[in-house]
Amino acid sequence: MSHEYVPEIAVDREGKEHEVQGWQDDTYGGKLGFWLFMFTEVMMFGAMFLILTYYFSLHHQDFINASASLNRVLGGVNTVVLLFSALTMGLGLLKMRSGDVKGAKLMIWATILLAIVFLGIKAVEWTAEYQHGVFLGLEALQAGNEFSKPFGEILFFGMYFTMTGLHGFHIIIGIGIMLWLLKRINAGKVTPHHHILHFNIALYWDLVHLIWVFVFPYFYMIGAGDIAGVVNGH
Amino acid sequence: MSKSYFDETHCAIGHPKSTFMQWMLTVDHKRIGLMYAAVMFTFFFIAVATALAMRFELFAPGAQYMDGDTFNQAFTLHGVIMVFLFIIPGIPAVFGNIVMPLMIGAKDVSFPRLNWFTFWLYIVGCIVALSSLFNFSDGAFNFADTGWTFYAPYSLNTGTNVITTLVAAFILGMASILTGLNFLVTIHRLRAPGMDFFKMPLFVWGIYATAWIQLLATPVVGITLILAILEKFFGIGIFDPSKGGDPVLFQHLFWIYSHPAVYLMILPAFGIMSEIIPVFSRREVFGYRTIALSSASIAGIGYLVWGHHLYTSGMSDLAKTIFSFLTFFVAVPTGVKFYDWVATMYKGKIVLSTPMLWALGTMVTFAIGGLTGVTIAMVGVDIHLQDTYYTVAHFHYAILGGVVFLLFAGMHYWFPLITGKMYNETHAKIAFWLNFIGFNVLWFPMFIAGYLGMPRRYFDYLPEFQIYHQISFWGAIIFITGLAYMFYVLIQGWRKGESAGVNPWRATTLEWHLPTSPPPLENHTKVPYVDFNPYEYHHGEPVVKFDENMKRID
Repeated sequence: MSHEYVPEIAVDREGKEHEVQGWQDDTYGGKLGFWLFMFTEVMMFGAMFLILTYYFSLHHQDFINASASLNRVLGGVNTVVLLFSALTMGLGLLKMRSGDVKGAKLMIWATILLAIVFLGIKAVEWTAEYQHGVFLGLEALQAGNEFSKPFGEILFFGMYFTMTGLHGFHIIIGIGIMLWLLKRINAGKVTPHHHILHFNIALYWDLVHLIWVFVFPYFYMIGAGDIAGVVNGH
Repeated sequence: MSKSYFDETHCAIGHPKSTFMQWMLTVDHKRIGLMYAAVMFTFFFIAVATALAMRFELFAPGAQYMDGDTFNQAFTLHGVIMVFLFIIPGIPAVFGNIVMPLMIGAKDVSFPRLNWFTFWLYIVGCIVALSSLFNFSDGAFNFADTGWTFYAPYSLNTGTNVITTLVAAFILGMASILTGLNFLVTIHRLRAPGMDFFKMPLFVWGIYATAWIQLLATPVVGITLILAILEKFFGIGIFDPSKGGDPVLFQHLFWIYSHPAVYLMILPAFGIMSEIIPVFSRREVFGYRTIALSSASIAGIGYLVWGHHLYTSGMSDLAKTIFSFLTFFVAVPTGVKFYDWVATMYKGKIVLSTPMLWALGTMVTFAIGGLTGVTIAMVGVDIHLQDTYYTVAHFHYAILGGVVFLLFAGMHYWFPLITGKMYNETHAKIAFWLNFIGFNVLWFPMFIAGYLGMPRRYFDYLPEFQIYHQISFWGAIIFITGLAYMFYVLIQGWRKGESAGVNPWRATTLEWHLPTSPPPLENHTKVPYVDFNPYEYHHGEPVVKFDENMKRID
């Protein structure tokens, strides 16, 4: 935290000096800690993919039918948007490293903008699905009424809304911490020589887009064998 | 008099004048550890009181003063508090925080502010857990009645307050993850120069293995609890058979975390044992590397055994057999540890101080707990004993007689380090014997009752089981007396005890080479260069000595 931190020296029996690693100014420790945190995210989404795979093996045809009804155009555009945002995030980090703070801030703003576009498209998608009567808590996804979908489709959409929702939540958190990062840059707390916060947020954003790279094919593409579905969407 | 960590501290936000705010905002690992201990033991006694209430109910067959529903809520409250609020933060939160950085010669953990945040996340979790207790409807308590395992589909259908309890468990899980993360980075980054992994004290190895479990297993149960919450709000059907979901899947996901979680509890406890045995035998620990690596392998194998909770839930015979054999394998590294401890004591100069008494007592109780665990790991035997008092007794012998006993051992061992005072040895020993005898009288009859068919979680029973419940009851009375006596002795020791000095046990690890007692704010004045093993004794005397600048002088 304190930038004037001077590491302590330990002396061994021969009188040789060894630098002591303190918790202050420990860039490597900061990276390690955040990588470990990324492991927990992987385990969390991993468990959900496990559930998804299990039910896909039980209700194969239902899953494909449900997947065919998703809007692949909007989902595909969102994938591209998110991949671009990962690019701008990475470029921002490169600019920060090379000392171009202004360029780095511009890139972070671009990433935030793309993230908002992603959420906007997501909102359009969810609204359309809601209007089709497909949403958490609506009758079509409950058992035992006249609108009920088959078991496999109920499970598919249940997981679809849970996982894309949780992913969207990570996007919102990402926007929040990027705004915080901008504030820290403006306050001079994040500089080209001390940009561990920028590094970790870029790492976070990479994971968020990487999760989407797995979410997208698993939900949108397994039902894409039906070409008409690509054209018709909903 | 030099200043100790009780006199000054670093704060997360600003530098408040009032002592109270300094404690609330402190980032010092020693203060945070003490606050964890205070909160945890408060909850421990609430859960003990609940258990005693259940023992009163079970004194005779039939309903005494509790109906079945209240009894269900009582054992859920007991389980939720003991597991999520007490034993999972447990030893890492208290001694991992206070002692681990001292042992590796660090000034604090790697992320002191995160540590502060984690403590308050834990407090939020506790408040949410208790809030569901005070939610009255129809003039009765409305606490969850599912048991601490929240098995679907009952947890999805019951009208009691399961959601708040699930949220609380999730928040407490987050706190546990962040603690593990902090400790992993600390152990990797902040060891004193020269201290490689095989020069670390064995308690640090225990904390290290535990931290990996906290980090990698807890997210799985976290997401499972979130899915259960969404299930209750929206009925998404993942675990609900009426919508095509699979309730056994909930059990799998739950135990993928919750079985490693019992190793998460016991590994730091084994670490405490590995500290106490060499110090009070005045002998270098036997098989240092095997103890260290057995911690790691218990953590590794512990991931693969969760299926033994599901022998009667519907699983293929092949899976049952595999899980059964994997479970046997956990006993191997555990056995290695036991033999190493016994071999350490062989020809040692054994000092029977209170911490050593607790450690030796645990070797008896945990051996019983561990070996009965092997019996119920066998599929055929388990079909008979699943959900009986036999399993309950096994669990309590392993966790209460293993983890909590070693937590108490650690409390007596590090008491002079933390407080700078010494408790009354004679009274502490009497308290140990009360606890040890009370514990065995309380739990051993339950093995027999369970073997004869007494099911768990029942508020009523057949008259032939009465004798076992009544012996248990008197055991519980002795045990609770012992607990109260032990805490009284410790508190009196803190208030009126004599100054203990820096190294009262003549131990060798770094936490006993601090400049003052109790330790100053930033621990060691100078960090030593570590070119020695953690437990070097020669003819019963510590080998390694330092001058006031932490330079070796032997």
